[in-house]
Amino acid sequence: MDIRSQVAMVFHLDKCIGCHTCSIACKNVWTDRKGADYMWWNNVETKPGTGYPTKWEDQAEYKGGWVVKDGQLQLRLTGKGKFLQKIFYQPDLPTMDEYYEPWTYRYEDLFTGPELDDQPTAIPVSKVTGEYIDIEAGPNWDDDLSGTPLYARNDPNLAALSEEQRLQLLSIETLVMFYLPRICNHCANPACVAACPSGALYKRGEDGIVLVNQNVCRGWRYCVSACPYKKVFYNWNTGKSEKCLLCYPRVETGQAPACFHSCVGRIRYMGVLLYDADKIEAAGLRPDSELVTAHRGLLADPDDPAVIESARKNGVTEQVLKAARNSPVYKFVKDWGLALAPHPEFRTFPSLFYVPALGPVTYAVENGVALNPSSVDEIFAPLEQARLPMEYLASLFGAGQEAPIRYAMKKMMAIRTFKRAQTVGDVEMKVALEGLREADCTPEEAESIYRLTSLCTFEERFVIPASHREQAVEVLTNPLEQKGAAGFGFREQPVRGL
Amino acid sequence: MLEAFLFVGYPYAALVLAVVVGILRFTWRPFSYSSLSSQFLENKQLFWGSGLWHWGILWVLAGHFVAFLVPDWILAWNAKPLRLYLLEASGLIMALLALMGIISLMVRRATSPRVKAVTTVMDWVLLAFLLLQVYTGIDTALRYRWGSSWYASNAVPYLRSLLMLSPKPEFIRPLPWMAKVHLLSGLSVILLLPFSRLVHVLVVPIWYYWRKPQVVIWNRRGLR
Repeated sequence: MDIRSQVAMVFHLDKCIGCHTCSIACKNVWTDRKGADYMWWNNVETKPGTGYPTKWEDQAEYKGGWVVKDGQLQLRLTGKGKFLQKIFYQPDLPTMDEYYEPWTYRYEDLFTGPELDDQPTAIPVSKVTGEYIDIEAGPNWDDDLSGTPLYARNDPNLAALSEEQRLQLLSIETLVMFYLPRICNHCANPACVAACPSGALYKRGEDGIVLVNQNVCRGWRYCVSACPYKKVFYNWNTGKSEKCLLCYPRVETGQAPACFHSCVGRIRYMGVLLYDADKIEAAGLRPDSELVTAHRGLLADPDDPAVIESARKNGVTEQVLKAARNSPVYKFVKDWGLALAPHPEFRTFPSLFYVPALGPVTYAVENGVALNPSSVDEIFAPLEQARLPMEYLASLFGAGQEAPIRYAMKKMMAIRTFKRAQTVGDVEMKVALEGLREADCTPEEAESIYRLTSLCTFEERFVIPASHREQAVEVLTNPLEQKGAAGFGFREQPVRGL
Repeated sequence: MLEAFLFVGYPYAALVLAVVVGILRFTWRPFSYSSLSSQFLENKQLFWGSGLWHWGILWVLAGHFVAFLVPDWILAWNAKPLRLYLLEASGLIMALLALMGIISLMVRRATSPRVKAVTTVMDWVLLAFLLLQVYTGIDTALRYRWGSSWYASNAVPYLRSLLMLSPKPEFIRPLPWMAKVHLLSGLSVILLLPFSRLVHVLVVPIWYYWRKPQVVIWNRRGLR
């Protein structure tokens, strides 16, 4: 047993309104720079959709993540055998066209243009070349299904659906969509770290945040291809790779990262998970059908004395252990089984989990009067008839397995019915309790889930232990030396090399 | 006098600068060590350019290196005309591949608007010297069919004498001027090494072969 601590996350998709406030908060803090302007460390996608970069989920094209080959866990992209072949040219690297070419507008033309009969316009210019650009795509071009067949219909997850289901999904009367905010998953078994030939990427022992050492990175770009979530980005100006750093200067001081703090829908939760690093490899070797269970098996019970002892041996501090016992993420993932990791079949074991979104509330109407529902299935359509087929969610969150999705959806629907019986009163309590029982949920558990979902305070959503001073990065270098420099732990101006 | 400057002074200056500046840059400006890849901006032309250039020049360099280590073997091998032709022809083919590669890379750098945006003057200087180096090598191979023997019999003793700190430029005095240009432009490439993006050859990540896949760093414990 080798227990480590991980800062982990839950995004509650049922609450996400797709406002992109998280993306803007991140952009303004971290990526508003030349070379990083095309990067969205945090982005929000509409599902079904192709996402950013286009079709990132399609590993036949991008070769990201891990595969089991000859009984061993191997990178799909590279390995000790294949890595020199790809060093001069990387066939699997997404180019700027797969993201988008960043642009701005020539605003000064509005003031300095010659006097003409027409209004002056600010033409779009590329942020790479400075020349006029005919804008073809942007990072959220697939927003709200975007009204064209280019995006939603090309979602790789639709492969799990039958032709009939696909038609139904996108026909106007039964249209369905939800939002998927994405950041770096800070995986337990990160493919980017394993693929980096220079050893520039690393996972921090204390909190599991995955970072790129900018002084060691040589721009070989294996990380960009190997990350199946495409959350490592190549800075075309500095020739270095960059990624979401989970706002670690904030996390170290016990504050929520910028995208978490700014979340309007309050969909984001952050807490500590303890996991057993010794079990990662064995878990990664399990077949697709067992991956959700195997992933949950990695997460250790923070009340187990053996776990606590092993964690202490690794230098996990008491306040981290206390935070782990109080972790909203542990509750959503382990205690309640509501939150699921994206694409577990990539075998990186993400530290970010999603609570799937529910379908709309429905009514049976007779003579223009809504009838009191007599079961959970009458408030929400039964899962078999859900607008968003379970196969789709299973492809996104279950490695093709519907069981964990159904479990989470049924439980959430039962809790909504239960609370409705309590507050609205148009459902009989007997029916609601029967629904809870069928969904493997007690009234007490339903109350706690309701509390953490709907009434959660800032302190309940973010249980982030501040780092001990002796473990924080700040204490290793003098912060005053870094005033006016490029960033934390980095005292040089990020000037492109010769 | 000119000989002493070109074939004694210049090589030492180039080598010393390459080593000293290379080390200084690595320790003081590690951030500037990067391959500065532009594949992200343009990857269709790069496929041919980069592939042909790198593989071609690596084989040519490997040949030079082997001959530098064991010149007697090369001379013995070249004793039979058929074997000489075989060696010369395979070297020439690899050099031609490299030539096609570097021309393709230069065309790409001059024509792709995105790549142009990240191109510096030093990139062009470096490309020009590399082109000159490949061209003079090919020219020597085409005009003199025993260039490989000359390299083993004259250039290698000269290079070794440089490394032994007792320079003997008289070894290369009888070589044709094209071969001397080849030598000088090669030294210039070495001189440019620490001042250009060519530093990426110094940090080729062969350590990957000995490394554990996952890297975990504890702030207070160092590598683990």
